[in-house]
Amino acid sequence: MNTSLNWIKAYVPGLECTDQEYMDAMTLSGTKVEGYEKLDADLDKIVVGQIMSVERHPDADKLVICQVNVGTETIQIVTGAPNVVEGMKVPVVLDGGRVAGGHDGSKTEGGIKIKKGKLRGVESCGMMCSIEELGSSKDFYPDAPENGLYVMPEYAVVGSDAVEALGLRDTVFEYEVTNNRVDCFSILGIAREAAATFRKDFVPPVIKKSGNSDDVNNYVTVDVQAADLCPRYTARLVKNIKIAPSPEWMQRRLAASGIRPINNIVDITNYVMEEYGQPMHAYDFDTIAGSKIIVRRAGEGEEFVTLDGQTRKLDPSVLMICDAEKSIGIAGIMGGENSKITDDVKTMLFEAACFDGTNIRLSAKKIGMRTEASGKFEKGLDPNLAAEAIDRACQLIEELGAGEVVGGIVDVYPQKKAEKRIKFEPDKINKLLGINISAEEMLGYLEKIELVYDKASNELVIPSFRQDLECGADIAEEVARFYGYDNIPTSLPTGEATTGKLSFKLRVEAVARDIAEFCGFSQGMTYSFESPKVFDKLLIPQDSPLRNTIVISNPLGEDFSIMRTTPLNGMLTSLATNYNRRNKDVKLYELGNIYIPKALPLTELPDERMQFTLGFYGDGDFFSMKGVVEEFLEKVGMNNKPEYDPKAGKPYLHPGRQANIIYDGEVIGYLGEVHPDVLDNYSIGDKAYIAVIDMPHIVEKASFDRKYEEIAKFPAVTRDISMVMEKSVLVGTIEDIIEKRGGKLVESYKLFDIYEGAQIQSGYKSVAYSISFRAKDRTLEDKDINPIMEKILKDLNNLGIELRS
Amino acid sequence: MMKERLKKIMENASAQINETDSLEKLNEIKVALLGKKGELTEVLKGMKDVAPEERPQVGQIVNETRQAIEAMLENARTELSKKKRELQMKAEVIDVTLPAKKNNVGHRHPNTIALEEVERIFVGMGYEVVEGPEVEYDYYNFEALNIPANHPAKDEQDTFYINDKILLRTQTSPVQVRQMEKGHLPIRMIAPGRVFRADEVDATHSPSFHQIEGMVIDKNITFADLKGTLQEFAKQLFGEDTKVKFRPHHFPFTEPSAEMDVTCFKCGGKGCRFCKGEGWIEILGCGMVHPKVLRMSGIDPEEYSGFAFGVGLERIALLKYEIDDMRLLYENDVRFLKQF
Repeated sequence: MNTSLNWIKAYVPGLECTDQEYMDAMTLSGTKVEGYEKLDADLDKIVVGQIMSVERHPDADKLVICQVNVGTETIQIVTGAPNVVEGMKVPVVLDGGRVAGGHDGSKTEGGIKIKKGKLRGVESCGMMCSIEELGSSKDFYPDAPENGLYVMPEYAVVGSDAVEALGLRDTVFEYEVTNNRVDCFSILGIAREAAATFRKDFVPPVIKKSGNSDDVNNYVTVDVQAADLCPRYTARLVKNIKIAPSPEWMQRRLAASGIRPINNIVDITNYVMEEYGQPMHAYDFDTIAGSKIIVRRAGEGEEFVTLDGQTRKLDPSVLMICDAEKSIGIAGIMGGENSKITDDVKTMLFEAACFDGTNIRLSAKKIGMRTEASGKFEKGLDPNLAAEAIDRACQLIEELGAGEVVGGIVDVYPQKKAEKRIKFEPDKINKLLGINISAEEMLGYLEKIELVYDKASNELVIPSFRQDLECGADIAEEVARFYGYDNIPTSLPTGEATTGKLSFKLRVEAVARDIAEFCGFSQGMTYSFESPKVFDKLLIPQDSPLRNTIVISNPLGEDFSIMRTTPLNGMLTSLATNYNRRNKDVKLYELGNIYIPKALPLTELPDERMQFTLGFYGDGDFFSMKGVVEEFLEKVGMNNKPEYDPKAGKPYLHPGRQANIIYDGEVIGYLGEVHPDVLDNYSIGDKAYIAVIDMPHIVEKASFDRKYEEIAKFPAVTRDISMVMEKSVLVGTIEDIIEKRGGKLVESYKLFDIYEGAQIQSGYKSVAYSISFRAKDRTLEDKDINPIMEKILKDLNNLGIELRS
Repeated sequence: MMKERLKKIMENASAQINETDSLEKLNEIKVALLGKKGELTEVLKGMKDVAPEERPQVGQIVNETRQAIEAMLENARTELSKKKRELQMKAEVIDVTLPAKKNNVGHRHPNTIALEEVERIFVGMGYEVVEGPEVEYDYYNFEALNIPANHPAKDEQDTFYINDKILLRTQTSPVQVRQMEKGHLPIRMIAPGRVFRADEVDATHSPSFHQIEGMVIDKNITFADLKGTLQEFAKQLFGEDTKVKFRPHHFPFTEPSAEMDVTCFKCGGKGCRFCKGEGWIEILGCGMVHPKVLRMSGIDPEEYSGFAFGVGLERIALLKYEIDDMRLLYENDVRFLKQF
């Protein structure tokens, strides 16, 4: 919302402050000022001048030489403006002064300095200005010529400040009004706040009785059939309309609010809308059939032409204003073409109503048309405002001589708004705010914003325009705003001490981050929603449960329409981005949720499973990824040996290079090389590896408990075995046998050689392990170890594994 | 005779040892003098020819000579070892400006770094870090926070809906409600997490971002406590000299409500391009928990009060690390991530 400070000052006459002071103080009392624009910032030394004579320039056809009376003297000015006439009064910038921009409407930061000079050899001591050079436009000064000097009115005083005379000694403030403060979407609302903030008197306009001795009720009846959507409807009639421009003061105030002056009737409507925040509509009364206004819901599929000439399709959720035969307006949004005011209008019906805010908002959205009026209605207006505003408008009609106002008002207001009262509890207010001020001081603030204290009942009577005030906490905020948030002291909560901590889950996640980073992986973040097409990209079969996704009903587009059930797409997309940008050896990890529905359609919240996803291309292989997984498991206290099942069945991974990670018999994740087809789909031209660890499993099995084990005192004995076996035999099988048969005495074992080639039969491989034995209480001897080795070798032998000599 | 011979051996040994320039040669000399067939050993063998009465005296001289030679050898050995090591070290000089062999440790996402900072501050003040679901019931995201049906904030254009009861949370505030419903008082919590709003992706918007919610519920919690807590937070996060300013604002679930600005940490409040000349930067929204919200969550507002605040994690990360485009946070380009 943009408003002129002069307009505010009209209702707060005592207000005196700089623009910056105004902005700061208003913001701190709760009416946030986003910024301001000083209209005269770049205007300097500009006075009203009168052209005394006009001569042709001897050396230029398009230039003329004018003698201009600027009050203190008469100066010579050369101009190329087409509309110079002797006797005309114009704005003149004197030597050394500044204008805001060029006559083409372009603005120059800091303005343009005007200096004495010669134009084609003739001295020119200043410049006569167009409205564009003064930083405005014909839109806001409709009387300005299309091209040429702005002509000041006859009554302008020669030598006086032209900027003042043009109403440009003003500052326009831009406010950010929160949507609970419907009352502040108006000049009067902001003026009331300004008066309270600066502790000055608030002097709103006095609305006088208007209208002739006739009664509007003799001319028109109003039938509100949809009372739920229209709590109040008021109407007044104006006869003998005389369309004319509105007076300058009104034009200036509207222009400052960014509203183009049109004519007296339109301007009055807009003026009152700004002033009171109440939109109004004017119908050409002669187009209204049956002298009747009916407020009802639109028919199913009804079509209606709004005054902008567009045909709108409606349905019964939309509220319409109708006459006895036809629709004449969409309530609160836009009037109809069939009833709009033209220059020939004779009699006009004014409407000021209160419509249901939510309905207007939904209708405006449905029709796809959000207007100035609907923007105000949708916030939920105070029904008491309607009559006040319509009377104010009629008063202005009379004052401006724009027509003959018919007496009386049609007012359909069946359910009067009840007066609201809130208990005044100064102790509680002090307690909530952490301050200690007197009840009198509080009442001082509250009365300034028209909350009336009823001593008898110890209640505050809430004015109807403050629909946002509902309870004691609201009153506390009003007190705090005017006492000053700044003046409230600072303290820290006292009371029972609490322990600051992270949940166990978050601690485990912190370890995951540490390990990933130690292992060279950087943390990425990707979106939780993605395209349903990712399943095809990942070669996931049609019947895979991964395709049972939660679908967003109003997504930003198909690419963001489903909640992910696998973290792969995010990781592969990130790797692809890096690959595409030629980044080498990229390692990324992510900790993010997948969303597994318990049933579809969704009736309860899905299972949100945190996934620890690692991915890389470049330096490394399957086993370096496996290493990261195991480092992590060890760090979260999962010290049992994880198993790897190559039959993981992941279609997006290389069929011969993938494995489920199994811990204590449960699958806790998987890893592998990305399937070359999938790499192609993501345009990754290098081998890539992925590991996904399901964190709920980890959180369940992890432990940060540690117990010290005595460091061995007796030496270890090692035995090396070298074996030959078929290629298909997993070394994991050998390790299982070593563990199982070795029992407690096996301290560790290590694969130290694996070989296929020349000396080995084709289809076979040679594998060598070093096994280390140790006892806690003695040095082991052959007699301890030999039987164990025999058992191991026997089992190996049973599997067709032969010892190499 | 014997004495003279010994003297000669001594002089000879001294000359030889002094001339020696390697440990190997020194060893040879040692063997030549003191070895089984060494000169001095030979002399000892000749003792039997010495008159018995002279034997003790001569024996003593022999021993003294031996000791002297051994001492000389030892000195020379130390000296030569030292020299050898010095030479070796000279030969081992490296170019210390050659590139380091790094472990190439990975980097944490700036969001996480900012989050950990915030967590550290609040955990230090006795707050528990809790979480809530990202796919959330309409009730927790809106209704229980005093945002009834048809409130403009619920508009479809802001909220991603799954169906009319379930949505993607638009704020971390529903975690407040879930925590209050557990009924363990007092509460001091922060709840970081992912939130979603239907904003098209651009330099300052993302349909998915993060918030950190904070809430304290106890007896006698005041607006002054809110101010003090958040002032402390701002000082710890942005520096001891940071000043804060509270402006009245409106949120449906707090009353009174405020927005907090901090002095621009680039210019210290003088006004610069970074803070658009204002000297202040808006950082979070906060307020006293609305009595309706307390009541809906089963807490008696007559007995308990509390404050809550919500801060955008990306906003902090962008400000703190001077990142000018939010899209960078979700592209995961390692050249970006490596800077943190």
